[in-house]
Amino acid sequence: MIPVTTQMALLRLAAAFVLAPLLFGVINRTQALFAGRKGPPLLQMYFDIAKLMRKGTVISRTTTWVFRLGPIVGLSCVATGCLLVPFAGLPAPISFPGDFVVLVALLALMRFFTVSAALDTGSSFEGMGASREVQFSALAEPALLVSFAVLARQTSALSLSEMFGQVSVIFWQQAAPSFILVLAALFIVFLAENARIPFDDPNTHLELTMVHEVMVLDHGGPDLGFILYGSALKMWILGALIVNIVIPIHEISVWPDIFLFIVGMLLLAVAVGVVESVMARLRLLHVPQLLVGAVGLAILALMLMLGA
Amino acid sequence: MAFPMDSLLVCVVLIDLALLAVNRLVTLVRIAALQGVLIGGLSLYVGGADAASILTATASLVLKGIVFPFMLMRAMREASINREVEPYIGLNLSIIFGLALLALSLWLGFKLPLPVAAASTLIVPVALFTILAGLFLIVGRLKALTQIVGYLVLENGIYTFSLAISHQSSWIVELGILLDVFVAVFIMGVITYQINREFDHIDTNQLSDLKD
Repeated sequence: MIPVTTQMALLRLAAAFVLAPLLFGVINRTQALFAGRKGPPLLQMYFDIAKLMRKGTVISRTTTWVFRLGPIVGLSCVATGCLLVPFAGLPAPISFPGDFVVLVALLALMRFFTVSAALDTGSSFEGMGASREVQFSALAEPALLVSFAVLARQTSALSLSEMFGQVSVIFWQQAAPSFILVLAALFIVFLAENARIPFDDPNTHLELTMVHEVMVLDHGGPDLGFILYGSALKMWILGALIVNIVIPIHEISVWPDIFLFIVGMLLLAVAVGVVESVMARLRLLHVPQLLVGAVGLAILALMLMLGA
Repeated sequence: MAFPMDSLLVCVVLIDLALLAVNRLVTLVRIAALQGVLIGGLSLYVGGADAASILTATASLVLKGIVFPFMLMRAMREASINREVEPYIGLNLSIIFGLALLALSLWLGFKLPLPVAAASTLIVPVALFTILAGLFLIVGRLKALTQIVGYLVLENGIYTFSLAISHQSSWIVELGILLDVFVAVFIMGVITYQINREFDHIDTNQLSDLKD
């Protein structure tokens, strides 16, 4: 018999693996609502992944094993990341001091292999996308790490589960300005890392302006399915970090907590859809500026925290 | 942390950082005006409801929120200045410099305690940072107009500093400072126009090359 907390942790994990692609559906529906369209079905991402899984793969003869490795390593990295992130307040299945660094490293590893696979095709477009992706994430990563540092300082805890387990209403009263700054920084990182609109337009089909999509142009079939599912899980992980801070209600009882958390995630997806509907993509030159701004917000929060 | 006070002070800091990051003159003027309004509101919050503090707060709100932006916009329109800020020091680098200045002023602010208890421990660091950000705008930007804005931000910083010791300082002094700033912005607006008419630009860098 597995202990109850482990059971609950596994349940949450299953929820993440099942519900993650739904976020894309919600985002697309919100956008469609703003534009006055009907929009794709909420479950479109599931259909896409299922379709891709049934297909065969065509692999360019110029590529090597690195190209095949990209999607597989990417998906396994975020799947491992899911094990580290606490969902809905209760601890994650795996938790140890310093695991937030591991989470950032896993995301970096995923990026490294996606970029390597893109470079392996030898296509100049994919090289360009890879270079942009690396440039943006080099700026987004410090913002993420400094935000974690703020949380660690405030809760005097070093593991993600303890950090988010302790975020409560009292903490919000004590250090509201810092928390708001961290939330803003995390939201910018969330948009940048998931290639959403102010940074990258996921629906564009103009190679010159693509960042993330251009890197996966040569992938097809199950490989592309892995990539799509991996990006859904990545969005779920980064979204969970935000929702865990915004909804600091724990241990009322398990089911309302889970329900609140999932509602929070869906609301976050709606927020992303709204941002995408009201904003245009930033010019590429201005993207680093916004990311430096995010780092600035996080550092400001840390300074306030250290000073107070 | 006291919630409303500190949040407003953090907003002032964010506006300082935004001032260092924006690329449009109109936005720069508007953000500086917003900061003036915010600090005026803060002084009202700190000073309480006696006549003198209401007088100074209202004067600063009207001047910084309405009169100064109006004068600067007019100077911009008449001198038909183009919209870019034209920094010496790139915008990204400016933000990083800004953060370094912020660290410096937080350190200094916590090192130098006031003889009287301030309404918030953040007032002195925020005032110092606003002053430094204003100085940075004056030094790190090319155009005469951005230097006026830098001067205004500097004044905002000094005004914030006076919040910490509001019970000690006289409102006559505040009003005097506001009048000085008003005259200064007025004259600088005219000078900007004159520089532009004489030389067809307001690039202060080239003024040092003047010879006759």
